[in-house]
Amino acid sequence: MSNGEEDGMSNLSAFDIIGPIMVGPSSSHTAGAARLGKVAMSIAGKNFNKVTFYLHGSFAKTYRGHGTDRALVAGILGMETYDDRLKYSLEIAKEKGIEIEFIEADLGDVHPNTVKIVFHREDGTKFEVVGSSIGGGNIIITEINGDKVEFTGDYPTLIVKQKDVKGMISSVTAILASQNINIATMRVTRRAKGKEALMIIETDAEISDYVLKVIEKVENILSAKAINPVK
Amino acid sequence: MYNTGLELMEIANSKKCKIYEVVIDNEVESQGISKEEIISKMQKALEVMKSSAQEALEKEVKSVSGLIGGDAKKLEDYRKAGNTLCGDTVVKAMARALSCSEVNAAMGRIVAAPTAGSCGILPAALITAAEKLNKSEEELVNALFTASGIGQIIAKNATVSGAEGGCQAECGAAAAMAAAAIVEMAGGTPEMCLHAAAIALKNIMGLVCDPIAGLVEAPCAKRNASGVVNALISAELALAGIKSIIPFDEVVDAMYKVGKALPEALRETALGGIAATPTGIKLRKQVLGE
Repeated sequence: MSNGEEDGMSNLSAFDIIGPIMVGPSSSHTAGAARLGKVAMSIAGKNFNKVTFYLHGSFAKTYRGHGTDRALVAGILGMETYDDRLKYSLEIAKEKGIEIEFIEADLGDVHPNTVKIVFHREDGTKFEVVGSSIGGGNIIITEINGDKVEFTGDYPTLIVKQKDVKGMISSVTAILASQNINIATMRVTRRAKGKEALMIIETDAEISDYVLKVIEKVENILSAKAINPVK
Repeated sequence: MYNTGLELMEIANSKKCKIYEVVIDNEVESQGISKEEIISKMQKALEVMKSSAQEALEKEVKSVSGLIGGDAKKLEDYRKAGNTLCGDTVVKAMARALSCSEVNAAMGRIVAAPTAGSCGILPAALITAAEKLNKSEEELVNALFTASGIGQIIAKNATVSGAEGGCQAECGAAAAMAAAAIVEMAGGTPEMCLHAAAIALKNIMGLVCDPIAGLVEAPCAKRNASGVVNALISAELALAGIKSIIPFDEVVDAMYKVGKALPEALRETALGGIAATPTGIKLRKQVLGE
């Protein structure tokens, strides 16, 4: 947390000062790591039997002492930053039959606290999420399966994969509007013209399963996922 | 909304109310949630603070790296033996601060106040002062709002991050928050609260952040113990009617400027201070398996 002239300082809550309630020792290396794991899991889905963590920079150097390893695993198991079981997450993963692997890696020109999380699914496919812990428990997701993205998980976030054809954005935003969901930010990227494209939409209201189902029914939508933050 | 200590004090004075009431009102207005919800959220934080301040007094709690642990219990046992120099209140507060820090380093549950590295100061100071002054649970929760008001102002106008401002920003902010909160809980005026906060910040201005191996353990735990004493003496000075010669807001600005002037090696990078001593380096190699 820093001098907030540029980040909406008038909204600083009393609980930004006293809080979060968290399992120690470090808001960036423990709480942030747990959030990275949890957000990655909510994007990738739960059907995995092995997870490989590629740890970069400070994460690679200090992960044992800060419990970053345990926090990441707690996250992919769905635990919150304040969950007492966080420090036993490696054992819990083992009990659940989930294989865990840590690899120290150079992920390039990225934030010092960055991790690439690779979920190995039961059907043999992989799902990759890259993200960074940027301080005070705050995170940013920067890549999903090779697609560049940028969102924090602080807002309800809608991730839509679609064919790159005209009218997709307006169909999705119309559905959100009809459900009274205001869009905070939006980012659209594509692999190549006419191929797969990705929409990342941060909203002010929670995105329900119903909304996801409606969006998924739209022609040329390949998938729709929502991450609703826990307050 | 208040952006400075002066504004916070003026609102409290004009409404003839306490700082904590201004902070709660602001929270209701800015976050759009009810007063009851806000108070119950702070009660939950207090519960976690109490248990982390107690846990390592009763049993030895070792950090994940093995660098620290067991000192809270050692100090509490020493206090119970009855031959302390500083007396029960001060030593109990120190032991509680160590307890929070040790629980944090052992991956136990704590409340960042304002950070995980400085999480022992505020709980230890307030719980101990409330015990001494016979204050109720409700008054303790109110004191936490006084503390967060002071913390909000420091975070807005300076920083509470060790990576940005050194230990003075983390443990300094925590001690300033605690000192002001004790003064208000003890019946002091908003002006006295600001003097207490200013004195606490001045007392450790310039303190660097130099954690061994980059871990939130040493010297952090002992700095929490010294930070809680800083909070207590700053409160004591203000309650005696002693004023800070430099106003709180100017001290906050000065702290920020000092933080910015610190070289990077002394801002949580583990490249300077005690982290860079021969023993500090040896311990880093040992702990991180380099």
